[in-house]
Amino acid sequence: MAYKIKSAECTVCGACEAECPNVAISLKKGTYVIDPAKCTECQGQFDSPQCAAVCPADCCVPA
Amino acid sequence: MSNVISLDSIFGLGELAPPAAMPAAPEAASGCSSSSCGSSDGPADMDPAVWEKVKNHPCYSEEAHHYFARMHVAVAPACNIQCNYCNRKYDCSNESRPGVVSEKLTPDQAIKKILAVAQEIPQLSVIGIAGPGDSLAANGRNTFATFEMLQKKAPDLKLCLSTNGLALPDHVDTIAQYNIDHVTITINMVDPEVGAQIYPWIFYKHKRWTGLDAAKILHEQQMLGLEMLTSRGILVKVNSVMIPGVNDDHLLEVNKAVKSRGAFLHNIMPLISDPAHGTYFGLNGQRGPTAQELKVVQDACEGGAKLMRHCRQCRADAVGLLGEDRGEEFTAEKIEAMGAIDYDDEARRSYREHVEAERAGRHASKAAAQADVRDSVGTAVDPILIAVATKGGERINEHFGHAKEFQIYEVGPNGAKFVGHRRVDQYCEGGSGDVDTLDGVLAAINDCTAVFVAKIGGCPSKSLADAGIEPVDRFAFDYIEESALAYFKDYAERLGQGAVQSRAGQDAVIRTGALTARRA
Repeated sequence: MAYKIKSAECTVCGACEAECPNVAISLKKGTYVIDPAKCTECQGQFDSPQCAAVCPADCCVPA
Repeated sequence: MSNVISLDSIFGLGELAPPAAMPAAPEAASGCSSSSCGSSDGPADMDPAVWEKVKNHPCYSEEAHHYFARMHVAVAPACNIQCNYCNRKYDCSNESRPGVVSEKLTPDQAIKKILAVAQEIPQLSVIGIAGPGDSLAANGRNTFATFEMLQKKAPDLKLCLSTNGLALPDHVDTIAQYNIDHVTITINMVDPEVGAQIYPWIFYKHKRWTGLDAAKILHEQQMLGLEMLTSRGILVKVNSVMIPGVNDDHLLEVNKAVKSRGAFLHNIMPLISDPAHGTYFGLNGQRGPTAQELKVVQDACEGGAKLMRHCRQCRADAVGLLGEDRGEEFTAEKIEAMGAIDYDDEARRSYREHVEAERAGRHASKAAAQADVRDSVGTAVDPILIAVATKGGERINEHFGHAKEFQIYEVGPNGAKFVGHRRVDQYCEGGSGDVDTLDGVLAAINDCTAVFVAKIGGCPSKSLADAGIEPVDRFAFDYIEESALAYFKDYAERLGQGAVQSRAGQDAVIRTGALTARRA
């Protein structure tokens, strides 16, 4: 259970990285990626996955 | 790299000597430069302490924008709201508008770029962070990291940021801590019903909010942030995007609300809307205002919070005087190739002293020209608009065909004042003029009675005259306002004799396309 970033639509703004409570998002080779081992989909932490809620391009989606 | 805007070019194509008041070299000024000891007063209606803060800031002082340059560093790509006029996916280097940027920078890269630009452009006085997202989103991490380093490395540069205000109340202490003296908040509404038509969503307290809830939270945060800043003496400029049919009449309410909370300046800007930008408004046919529609709203707000009319809606990585963008000279690649860059403020210091000395004389000479017009013309003649080709320094020093914008002055019995600018395509490229481009220029200044230029060819001169706009080159290299007043005196006389016709009722087109880095 994890989210992923659709890299073709990502604007590389980094808003998701700053919001992720699990430090699961990092910049790798010019694009942001979510580490599925760390992603919890924010369950038990917030109402909805933070990356998806803040993303201006709506490109953080269930993997 | 040559110093492209040399001091000479400010004095007018290098043909004029600097004014006689050019101060001595800084080392001769014995510690206290004569200029900073109060020789140049600000406007009569401004607190001297405020004038001290704004006099060299091109975005906060109309006068300063003729002399000083700003630079935006694009270290803040993340945003916390979505606006219907913004789409940050789209970047074209020929495109000039807020939210757009070619290269995102880390704070370290930004510092190096700032030092490089400061060495090349002595007019540089302000470093701003304006996105391309929101400078305070993502906790403002990059914004404050940049300012912290900059304060240590280049203490003579003013710091400035702009924000949508959503996260502002959380960061007011930090803003004060870093001596950020100027903050711009974009406020498009004070009524959530209006806001809901502009903002589809916001991200606040770990949640995406939509509709009225979103607009209500944003509005409350904006007002709170504004009050917190002004109560600490931090100057606040409010930017509003004028969206016809959505918030145009409402902007009067916005003006009153921000004035009552201590905003220093209100900047009403036209909506930039083009389907090619992929914005919600662009794709749904929402148009921007015409030049006169914009002016009517700006004029109606006059008397409320002070109006700013010289905004160029520049990119989040713009470099240079407001009417130009020299960003392409300072790409990451070019800066990397420059090697180590030291801080040296000598050229900037002597430039600032020169401006200070020139200003003192300017204020007196404008007042004298104004008194002359008031005495000889009286108050019966309506004001007129004049388009001016200038490359800075408050002088008519640009060739008609080389102008990428015209500054618009309103001149009448009560004086001459800058009321706006119109962007155009350069008419003359490689020595010959283009007829289609000329039509665009005519449309952009169609509400003007005259156009002041340093020089103009016979062909465009005739087209302008045929369109009822008088081309005027007799004030070449002179000061704009004094020339405008002299012209108005003559115009009033000719109007009385029936030799000219008023252009009242004409409108003009606001062109929101490219402002490129290429120079004439």
